[in-house]
Amino acid sequence: MQERVDEVKPKEAVSEIPKKPDKLLAFPHLVFKEFIALMLVSLVLIIISMVLNAPLEEVATPTKTPNPAKAPWYFVGLQEMLVYFDPWIAGVMIPILIIVGLMAIPFVDKNIKGVGIYCFRERKFAFVIFTIGIVVWFGLIIFGCFFRGPSWLLYLPWESWDIHKPVISKGTYILPLYIGVPSVMGYYALGMWLPTLFARNFFRALSPAKYFVTMFFVLSMFGFIGKIPLRFIFDIKYVIHTPWFSI
Amino acid sequence: MINGLKRLVNWIIHTQIWLSIFRQGWPNTERNRILTILNTCLFHLHPLKVRTSGLKVKYTFCLGGISMFLFIVETITGVLLMFYYRPTVEYAYQDMKDLEFAVTFGLFLRNMHRWAAHGMVLTVILHMCRVFYTGAYKPPREYNWCVGVVLLVLTLLLSFTGYLLPWDQLAFWAVTVGTNMAKATPIMGAEGPFHILSEMSDMCFYLRGSVNISENTLLRFYVLHCIALPLAAVVLMSIHFWRVRKDGGISGPL
Ligand code: HEM
Ligand code: HEM
Repeated sequence: MQERVDEVKPKEAVSEIPKKPDKLLAFPHLVFKEFIALMLVSLVLIIISMVLNAPLEEVATPTKTPNPAKAPWYFVGLQEMLVYFDPWIAGVMIPILIIVGLMAIPFVDKNIKGVGIYCFRERKFAFVIFTIGIVVWFGLIIFGCFFRGPSWLLYLPWESWDIHKPVISKGTYILPLYIGVPSVMGYYALGMWLPTLFARNFFRALSPAKYFVTMFFVLSMFGFIGKIPLRFIFDIKYVIHTPWFSI
Repeated sequence: MINGLKRLVNWIIHTQIWLSIFRQGWPNTERNRILTILNTCLFHLHPLKVRTSGLKVKYTFCLGGISMFLFIVETITGVLLMFYYRPTVEYAYQDMKDLEFAVTFGLFLRNMHRWAAHGMVLTVILHMCRVFYTGAYKPPREYNWCVGVVLLVLTLLLSFTGYLLPWDQLAFWAVTVGTNMAKATPIMGAEGPFHILSEMSDMCFYLRGSVNISENTLLRFYVLHCIALPLAAVVLMSIHFWRVRKDGGISGPL
């Protein structure tokens, strides 16, 4: 009886029933893999702990400042940013913007494609922006860890820190306000405006608020990264300089 | 011999003690495997059935689970270290030296705590990347992504507060550099833009408990490192895992 009812169903109707994803029992399929992973990690950890000793230097002496004083590696990216920005940006604004920006991602990304697979084609924009952020972040960490020596000067990894190096300027030029302020405002304004002309589909896919938030974080990220070549190539110290704060 | 062993095993798994712990039989039938997941406190975190695509090691790279495992390692080695460590300027460094030279396996314990901490920072960042690249933050998982971001911040703070505890030059100056940044907070920092507070009451002062790094800082970081931050992390991890299930299990295509 049941089978005959099924036979009468038109083909299209059958194919419209959403397919349930394939599933396997968590025990043993998942638990077994987790056990192997756990054993491997334990093994690696035990071996590393036997052959590598955690550093312990001389007792803390507040009067004896080491040179350089490096932060642990996960904060070296921020420390490296101190070369290009004042502490209130490098140490406070950038971390806050990164945290808020990360949290904003699921709420501004309207693209529902590309879930559940590693897929570049269906979400090129998100993919590229996130990757640039991660690569620059780890680039700064690697640079700060291996290419910085006393006084945070540039030392190649194999160079001795005893070599005397001339102090590099922290940038000499300070753009006057009438150039600095319009160029920063122009950067954000153009950055917000140009995609509405040349990337219409991207603009149309987002609501105005989502578009604004997305572009604000994307432009800020490129703004922060962009200050690095400005310092190296044009020797610019501040783009905006006021008695209260400088960028 | 083999038969004797089999009979012994058979006897053990039918004792009242064994059956009081493992209520289901040996997990070699589908029924018993399902009951294993349902009846085991640790395994009940998992759903009965998991998407085949999510089971592939190449999908999650096990990074979330490894992060949690490293956190557990940190908890165990951390509690053991607390037996030997006193958070005062007078003893902290001395206790580190004792761990190195006097305590049995003290050096190993300390190494493990240190390397697992570095490892956890790395695996949590990589886990975030895997979640991003598989689009697993998209609805309905927005909230769990945000819980994850807070967990990332907590992981970094745990590592940072722990860094001061050995009270050596490395610790002291790394934390000096780190906490100095708080002075630059706009409005709330003594040297930041539009500052209104003095050195004696700004953000940096509240982090350190004093103008410069001192005994107060050591105590603050110790309490944060051993009590406040781990508790917060445990609470958030519970929410995180609960949410993985509530959001329909591991993400997958379709
Ligand atoms: C081979 C390595 C691993 C793979 C492939 C893997 C895979 C998974 C999958 C697919 C899920 C989601 C289950 C769901 O749909 O709800 C999950 C969740 C979880 N895993 Fe793992 N995992 C691995 C390693 C680990 C390890 C070593 C641990 C801990 C010691 C662990 C602990 C957890 C926990 C607590 C959850 C969250 C609860 C849940 O959703 O089931 N995992 N893992
Ligand atoms: C202490 C840190 C963390 C722990 C212990 C942890 C643990 C886990 C575990 C065990 C899973 C199950 C699947 C898997 O293993 O990939 C998971 C899934 C997930 N995690 Fe985390 N996580 C942490 C940090 C983060 C961070 C930093 C983020 C993102 C910013 C994040 C976002 C997510 C999301 C969105 C899922 C669901 C993924 C899916 O369904 O495919 N978590 N987490």
